[in-house]
Amino acid sequence: MTRRRYLAVKIESTQPVDETEFKRAIWGAVSRVFGEYGASKTGLVVIDYDENKHYSTLRCANAALEMVRASLASITEINAKPAAVHTLGVSGTLKSLRTNFPSANQK
Amino acid sequence: MKKFLDLHLRVPLDDFDLAERMIKKASTLGYSGVGIPLPTYASDETVSKLRQLCDAVGVDFVTRADLFPKSINELLSQLRRFRRKFEIISVACLSKAVARQAAKDRRVDVVSFPATDFKKRFFDVAEAELAASALASFEVDLFPFLSASSFERVRLLSCLRREVALAEKFQVPVIVSSGATGEFLMRMPRDLAAVCFLFDMPLPRALDALSSYPWTIIKRNRAKLSQKFVAPGIRVVRRGKDCEE
Repeated sequence: MTRRRYLAVKIESTQPVDETEFKRAIWGAVSRVFGEYGASKTGLVVIDYDENKHYSTLRCANAALEMVRASLASITEINAKPAAVHTLGVSGTLKSLRTNFPSANQK
Repeated sequence: MKKFLDLHLRVPLDDFDLAERMIKKASTLGYSGVGIPLPTYASDETVSKLRQLCDAVGVDFVTRADLFPKSINELLSQLRRFRRKFEIISVACLSKAVARQAAKDRRVDVVSFPATDFKKRFFDVAEAELAASALASFEVDLFPFLSASSFERVRLLSCLRREVALAEKFQVPVIVSSGATGEFLMRMPRDLAAVCFLFDMPLPRALDALSSYPWTIIKRNRAKLSQKFVAPGIRVVRRGKDCEE
């Protein structure tokens, strides 16, 4: 079974970003930096997304964690507006992520 | 716990509101210190204002001068004039002659190369050897990587991969900094370290490049700029009557 990692991320932008735009931005970043082949290995999934608090929880393959972090850091705009995505923390389980990063807790 | 430092935070000196926001953001992102490049003619008032902004958020302020000499003579002249005014001296090497001189001059802390002018990236074996013997560090700014277009980004990553491997081989310290000009270009230290993964820099090395290496340079230079400094290895420990014979 593939080991997974959960990431709590914060989105900063000059305008509100909805979930679709966010997904497009992260997949665009991963594909741009690592190509479609690399992106397919990340196993990246958006677990939840809070449009009001600008927090999201992502899941990826443990082996691709650095790829995902690098790709998220490379995002400079979302929907043609300046933006940044900061990884607040990484955890092996969703439960511990939500315990350690309550600000990113959605449920 | 590591103390991180962004050695190249390019805050606008004509917009103190933005400068303040960027310094606050650096603190929020987890930096303990910021190196702010100042023009060589920067007034004491500007420096003290920046220092106050940094002190207010508990971030160590490091003065830095970025030199862009066109010839060796210009470099030597600038080093004579500005070495004792700034804690960090960085030389942007625009020609091979300047690059060689900067690498072997012990007054130079950091050498950097134009990010997108690939013919002017002179960090080769000779440069690495000279830099290793003179304690100069090789700086990698991540702002060009974030702002470059696709082809430029590919070439930049390719160059950085080769140069970082060379630096590693000759034990030249690599300094990673953001080079950010705005809030949205600032990243957490761990995120910058993750970007270094793209040019095959191991994570522990990348974290050192954002923490221990820059702090080592600053500690060394602050000791040299202190009034107690006499010569390398010699400093005034105490002054007063009890020190006379």
